[in-house]
Amino acid sequence: MKGGAWTWGAYAALLLALPLVFRSGFAMSLFCQAGIVAIFALSYNMLLGQTGLLSFGHAVYYGLGALFTIHALNLAAAGWHLPVTLMPLVGAASGLAFGIVLGYVTTRRAGTTFAMISLGVGEMVAACSLMFPGFFGGEAGISGNRSTGEPFLGITYGPQIQMYYLVAAWLLLSTAAMYALTRTPLGRMANAVRDNPQRAQFVGYDPQWVRFMMVALSGFFAGLAGGLAALNYEIVSAESLSAYTSGLVLLATYLGGIRSFAGPILGAVAVTLMQTVLASFTTAWPFYFGLVFLATVLFVPGGIAGVVHLHKRLWEARLLRRAAPVYARMALPVVVAFASGVVLVEMAYRASAGAPLKLAGWQLDARSSATWIAAVASFAVACLACRWAWRAAQPRWTEVSALIGEAR
Amino acid sequence: MELALASLLNGVTYGLLLFMLSSGLTLIFSMMGVLNFAHASFYMLGAYFGYVISTRVGFYPALILAPLAVGAIGAAVERFGLRRAHASGHVSELLFTFGLAIVIEEVVHVIWGKTPVPYRVPASLDGPLFTLYSSTFPTYKAFMMGISVAMLGALYAGLTRTRVGLVIRAALSRPDMAEALGHNVPRVFMLVFGGGTALAALAGVIGGNAFITEPGMAAALGPIVFVVVVVGGLGSLTGAFIASLAIGIIQTFAVSLDYSIQGMSLSRVAPVLPYLIMVAMLIARPRGLMGTRES
Repeated sequence: MKGGAWTWGAYAALLLALPLVFRSGFAMSLFCQAGIVAIFALSYNMLLGQTGLLSFGHAVYYGLGALFTIHALNLAAAGWHLPVTLMPLVGAASGLAFGIVLGYVTTRRAGTTFAMISLGVGEMVAACSLMFPGFFGGEAGISGNRSTGEPFLGITYGPQIQMYYLVAAWLLLSTAAMYALTRTPLGRMANAVRDNPQRAQFVGYDPQWVRFMMVALSGFFAGLAGGLAALNYEIVSAESLSAYTSGLVLLATYLGGIRSFAGPILGAVAVTLMQTVLASFTTAWPFYFGLVFLATVLFVPGGIAGVVHLHKRLWEARLLRRAAPVYARMALPVVVAFASGVVLVEMAYRASAGAPLKLAGWQLDARSSATWIAAVASFAVACLACRWAWRAAQPRWTEVSALIGEAR
Repeated sequence: MELALASLLNGVTYGLLLFMLSSGLTLIFSMMGVLNFAHASFYMLGAYFGYVISTRVGFYPALILAPLAVGAIGAAVERFGLRRAHASGHVSELLFTFGLAIVIEEVVHVIWGKTPVPYRVPASLDGPLFTLYSSTFPTYKAFMMGISVAMLGALYAGLTRTRVGLVIRAALSRPDMAEALGHNVPRVFMLVFGGGTALAALAGVIGGNAFITEPGMAAALGPIVFVVVVVGGLGSLTGAFIASLAIGIIQTFAVSLDYSIQGMSLSRVAPVLPYLIMVAMLIARPRGLMGTRES
């Protein structure tokens, strides 16, 4: 329990101190975005990680939350007395309401069927957004102004830093609430339903009811994230409830690690960084995005949190030194494979755009076949070397992971 | 009457195309328990391969070559990707195919650009076949119907009348027993996955020029195919067939009819109709038309 208190304290302190260290406007908007995605991803993990429900339509709750919030914001601008600080609750309430309505339909089935149904329901709501442009804003979206309300204690939410602290406060609150939920009987039963619905039923719980409750509650938090997004960007477009957003939150959550509570937060930060920083370096970022996701599914199913957890265990068992040769053996082939893979992708993109490629001072001609052959060859050789190195290193890895009791 | 007949024919064409996609999806699902999220991406690859081959070699060779090429890619995906993901469960497999769909879309962006490619109906099939009252029925639509019906007949005959089909059905219902009898079940899975993606690719070759060949086509058709499979009942080919035709016809009728209910024209409701049907089906009969499994 003491360790838990320390973790929460460090989390709060980090959220508080971040803007004091990174002051630039870019960093500030990055933090806001990451915080919003973190709430969204945590709410998504209530389904995927804790209840075992894979949803392809989670953006519905996020997008509708954002829409209702921006409408509330415009009502506040028209003279209604609604405090901006509590405005995300409008999003949360609408997320909860739609979670109840749509959750009733979608949770009638579990497993793969739930995934397909959630996709269908998501597409349905997204298609509705084109049918009712008045409410959904159509192509252009709906814009608002978060600093219209009366200032409260001098807070107008005009400057981005005030917005950051609003996001941070809601992030802290909702993280605590979602963590507390995992400790309640409902949270425990959700895990039971995920692992073995039949046995959960024997204990006397209705799996469908548990799934329904979790969908409704995760709709609440997704709506909260959407409400914050509406305040942060001051515009809501149809994209926020599209399949793209649903896919993004799935990527973020899985990349962070679905077996750990904090995983989605890490994933949200990673995805936000990829979206903003990587996108400023290369136009190929969606491609890397997909590849990173595929690699995570195939090789690191535990995600970032799983890797962190594993190394924590190795550290505690003082086994890092014994695991080191594995890394030493794998490092060179993996780095070369990665680098030549990047060169290949960049060459492909430049060849299709017809632009010359400059990588760290090198001038590569994406048109000449010699460059292509060299790149493909080095990639193939590095991949084979990875395989060989892994074959040689595997016994030691198995031995080390057996020592810490990690099945691998 | 005239409109109804024309819409019916168009709807059946569209429905048969949907069934070419949903049959492969259903086969793969009932055999391996994998919901192939990237199924529509293979349809898109089929359309692009068909475009490339028909401009270089010709349209009729493309009907054979493009599905073969895409089927080979599908088999490779199963062998080197899915089989690995299978070790960590069905969710991992589904997520793998989800990631694959993103990567395929990006590859299409890189190779063929973000705008539609000029994939056209071949000159020999361009033009009206017959005139119905005053509207004409294009030859190409009849060709599409012919190809899909022929393919479905071949699929049915292959599954029920040949030895390969026997092994596939054995591996489908009793994988352990089939393996004990000396059949390489993983290889059968690879073949079924390759075959299912080849079917999707064939649908792409004949659908790509009837509609538009563009990078968004997979994302546009994929959810509809899923709806078809859910409405028909997971794992049931017959159910998928009925649902494909029904949704194809209903959607075509909704687009062509000119009714409006309280200022909302029916053609604007058309995109939502398949999903509404799905929701209604889920409330009335959660296992779908012909589904046997409750969950």
